Amino acid sequence: METSIDISHFLAGAVLALSFVLLYQARLFALFNAFAMQSIALAMAVGWQAYSQGASHLYITAALALVMKGMLIPGALRWVVVKMGIHRQIDPVVSVNLTLLLGVFLVILSIMVVFPVAKMEGGIAREDLAFALSIILLGMLMMITRRNAIGQVIGFMSLENGLILAATGAKGMPLVVEISVAFSVLIAFFVFGVFIFRIREHFDTIDVDALSEMRGDAE
Amino acid sequence: MALMFSLFMQGIQMMLVLLVAPLLVGVVRKVRARILLRRGPSILQPYRDLWRLLRKETVVARNASWLFRVAPYLIFAAVWVAAALVPVFATGLEFNWTADLLAIVALLGTARFATALAAMDIGTSFGGLGASREMMVASLAEPAMLMIVFTISLLAGTTQLSEIANFVASQPIGLRISLGFAFTALLIVALAENARIPVDNPSTHLELTMIHEAMVLEYSGRHLALIEAASATKLLLYMSLIISLFLPYGIATNEAPLSLQLFGMLVWLAKLGIGAVLLAIGETVVSKMRLFRVAEFLGAALVMGLLSMIFLFVFKGI
Repeated sequence: METSIDISHFLAGAVLALSFVLLYQARLFALFNAFAMQSIALAMAVGWQAYSQGASHLYITAALALVMKGMLIPGALRWVVVKMGIHRQIDPVVSVNLTLLLGVFLVILSIMVVFPVAKMEGGIAREDLAFALSIILLGMLMMITRRNAIGQVIGFMSLENGLILAATGAKGMPLVVEISVAFSVLIAFFVFGVFIFRIREHFDTIDVDALSEMRGDAE
Repeated sequence: MALMFSLFMQGIQMMLVLLVAPLLVGVVRKVRARILLRRGPSILQPYRDLWRLLRKETVVARNASWLFRVAPYLIFAAVWVAAALVPVFATGLEFNWTADLLAIVALLGTARFATALAAMDIGTSFGGLGASREMMVASLAEPAMLMIVFTISLLAGTTQLSEIANFVASQPIGLRISLGFAFTALLIVALAENARIPVDNPSTHLELTMIHEAMVLEYSGRHLALIEAASATKLLLYMSLIISLFLPYGIATNEAPLSLQLFGMLVWLAKLGIGAVLLAIGETVVSKMRLFRVAEFLGAALVMGLLSMIFLFVFKGI
């Protein structure tokens, strides 16, 4: 039992650490790689929960996380970026170090919020909830500190990773599969939204595009 | 008699760290060369380099003060003492009561201080540039290092390295999340402190990028040999530190018979070899980062250290 909790903490902690890695990245492709890694870590965490709780439907969630968010979505985003010739540098609104420090404060905040609330839960769910809430908050932080639309999408999806982690940490969550499917569809929608948004921006705007063509940003 | 034996083992460790250090550098260089499909120099090349430098004439600039001449010895002594204090093959050696994590950090800080002072002593632009860069890196790496030290000391209940190694080796502490964070942070700090690739490139003399090499540019002959030996020993020290803090399995206690101590030595050498290969691979796949990215890189180490501390406090009740 002790090792089981240890491993689940470790995997959840890995997902959280990768949230910080996401905050740290300054290039889009590195960001996609980090996001794929986070999703794979999430899939492992969910898979471990499925194994330790004996809940077989969680395996589906894990597989979905692995295939959809670990492979397909990063690949699709990469394709979009290459295809559209989007500038591959992410410009953070505030400096990276400040963002990371803010992230630490968010982690402290979520621990302070979750621990008193879930006191009677005890054991495994409490820490997992704290981890999950921090991942959600870090995703939000990522969304507000990136000017780049793709960076915001990644922030949103890492937020959703946190939601899945929260959902699987608690025992007996039958709707998890449906929820995660719904969210994945929503994400795909979001991805295409950016796609369309970028096309529109590409053709409508005049000044900025002319400049970026001179920089070698667009084809 | 027991005291004699104990002193003897301590002496062996002191000589061992000094003798193995150039070999470690040689292995790292060799593996890097092989990955890049070059043949690379022999792994004994660092020994030859040191021997050649020791025999060469030492040139000192006309405006160098006594500081410039004293600094290499100071640097070498500080690093050597620090390396001799890290338990490598056995815990509880004769001088292990002084082997405090904070003391080791302080010794390395002294060495760095001496390097920077000597670099500025000559008054060339490279020296000053290297010194100011080194101090920037240090000012970011040391808080992170101290965070790691605090986390591990809180976990083990002591700042004494050999007791920490015993604690980690004997207690089933499992996969602690705070240890994972501390490990990552220590890796980053070790890369920065040893002037390895994402922070500094040890094998280049390109003025835009060099940090450590810029500081020791004016040294030659036996002074340079001492400094090179010190930096090799420092690499060995950090690797041994990581091993003894996080993977001390196979380490012998002082009361253990000679065979176990020899076994501990072999295990340590094997771990060092694996570490050297991993370092070489890491240095090949990662490129050097811009100097102003270094602040973010080390800031990440500090954040990791902070997180490991927070999680230690959070999970301590369980």
